[in-house]
Amino acid sequence: MSRSRKAFSARALTVYALLYMLFLYAPVILLPLFAFNDATIVSFPLKGFTTKWFDVLWTTEALHGAVRNSMIVAVSTALLSTVLGACAARASSRYRFPGKRPVMGFIMLPLVLPEIIVAVALLVLLMQLGMSLSLWTVILGHVLICTPFSIAILSSAFQGLDTSLEEASFDLGETRWGTFYRVILPLVMPGVISSLLICFTISLDEFIIAFFLTGTDVTLPVYIWSQLRFPTKLPSVMALGTILLALSVVLLILAEWFRRRSARKQGLEASAAGGFM
Amino acid sequence: MAAIETNDIIVLSDVTKAFGTFQALKGINATIQEGEFFSLLGPSGCGKTTLLRMIAGFDEPTTGSISIDDKPMAGISANKRPTNMVFQSYAIFPHLTVAENVGYGLKTRKLPKKEIAAEVGKALDMVDLHGLGHRGAHELSGGQRQRVALARALVMKPKVILLDEPLSALDKKLRDQMQVELRSLQQSLGITFILVTHDQEEALIMSDRIAVMFEGEIAQLDTPEGLYRRPRTKRVASFIGVMNFLSAKLTGEKDDALTLTIDALGDVTVPRSIAPIGLDPAGIDAVGIRPEMLTVLMDETDTAERSVKGTITATSYYGDMTYYDVQLPGDGAPVTISMRNTAGRSVLPQGSEVSVGWGADSIVLFE
Repeated sequence: MSRSRKAFSARALTVYALLYMLFLYAPVILLPLFAFNDATIVSFPLKGFTTKWFDVLWTTEALHGAVRNSMIVAVSTALLSTVLGACAARASSRYRFPGKRPVMGFIMLPLVLPEIIVAVALLVLLMQLGMSLSLWTVILGHVLICTPFSIAILSSAFQGLDTSLEEASFDLGETRWGTFYRVILPLVMPGVISSLLICFTISLDEFIIAFFLTGTDVTLPVYIWSQLRFPTKLPSVMALGTILLALSVVLLILAEWFRRRSARKQGLEASAAGGFM
Repeated sequence: MAAIETNDIIVLSDVTKAFGTFQALKGINATIQEGEFFSLLGPSGCGKTTLLRMIAGFDEPTTGSISIDDKPMAGISANKRPTNMVFQSYAIFPHLTVAENVGYGLKTRKLPKKEIAAEVGKALDMVDLHGLGHRGAHELSGGQRQRVALARALVMKPKVILLDEPLSALDKKLRDQMQVELRSLQQSLGITFILVTHDQEEALIMSDRIAVMFEGEIAQLDTPEGLYRRPRTKRVASFIGVMNFLSAKLTGEKDDALTLTIDALGDVTVPRSIAPIGLDPAGIDAVGIRPEMLTVLMDETDTAERSVKGTITATSYYGDMTYYDVQLPGDGAPVTISMRNTAGRSVLPQGSEVSVGWGADSIVLFE
């Protein structure tokens, strides 16, 4: 009796899990489906297999410009946010200073501020300062929203660092920089890589701030948005989405692989060292 | 300035340290000799670790000075000092192998790789970790980590090795073994060791000299035997081993002798020389006597210099030893007596009436 009930609840759980996965991933799977569909109109039934939408991407100059812009923005944002995040995380985990809590609170605030508010506020500020909009203003906005993520990721990495390791290095004749390079950096590396990848990803698909703060050079999401006005371009946007999807999956797997490898090197259980997967 | 003797390796003069309003160290004066095994012993919060960290260069004294090997250390940071530390947590670099950990400091000296490898091999042999150089830091047991930390300090050939409670994380058996090993290693190398510990037994076993610290001050600096046999204050006496205190007062004073009336034990005359330096005989209010200096007399043939009647109030059997709590005449607290369980010695039950033997030369005076 109880055994069959147990079997029933196990089956119910499986069904629930499958439905949930379907809900999560079905829309995402539609993307590659239509990207390879040989029809201009995005609807079922599927017509046939084609790669021509990818060929279209290959020949669209404006898209290449947008990709290049997005890469510049995302890479700069990832680097800047991670450097700033590392400094803040280090300070908050190592030093005590007056007003530390409110200061850290204000730094983390953009995490929950509506992006549209941040975007409009930045736009007004930049206009007042008389700065012209460019990729740099987009980077500025992205750094503002990415730094809190970077701090959150790196704080745990820095907090896990035993102070006596730094002292031991110093005691053994190493300089402050040498200690950073030989002890601190290798130990927080998984966090740094995590932070770089997360910031890169956030920046790459960020739309609102990029939309408000961009000048004549548009980023990829802004470009995609502009293309949605033309129904004939939709399949090629799907193809573009497919490429981005594949790229994200590869990046995430790469990040996790890095994290596990370094965790294993330190003798930690891979699951105990945090991370996203 | 007086010339510093050549064999003084560390001179601490009037060293104080304040953290905000908290006075962690209140004027430490001590001289540590070259090749000595020196211990800083005290309860937690007495400032012993603070003092060690200032010698290492992780902290600067608020006032006073520290000099190592005749050089004042003010403004010289830890990476420039001729000291190396073995940390309480061992601080083994988790991302490096054993050999890389041990060779870490040599690499900062820009030595050729071959030379580093040779030195690392020698250091690992010294601490009985031969052939474990390739192991990852996480593959080591607690005892092995401790040895790596020691090898990492030894390989630098420092003037002084600083040990911050190095054995506290090990289990009892391993700790006993490491105490002996550390001591013999120190003696064979002739390097000055400074050990911080709260374990009085550990300090007694390993040290040439011990500074007992309470509340930021050195209460007594002496050899292990000196500390145990001639503790200068009641606090030191009860921190090092077990001490029975009996109320006493001075009843007679001659040039070279003091006559005391001790509760439960009666009158006794002792040479003035047993009084600690600086003790005012008129101020004597107690004497101390160690548990092993008292004897439970078995029968008429068992004799002692003096004896007194008492009743056993508790018996604790330890195998090799038996500890008795004995109520002596008067209303003082029972005294503790330890007896070695040699052949023919039976264990007496609680309630037994016994004679307790003692000698005048085994008492310590306190004010």
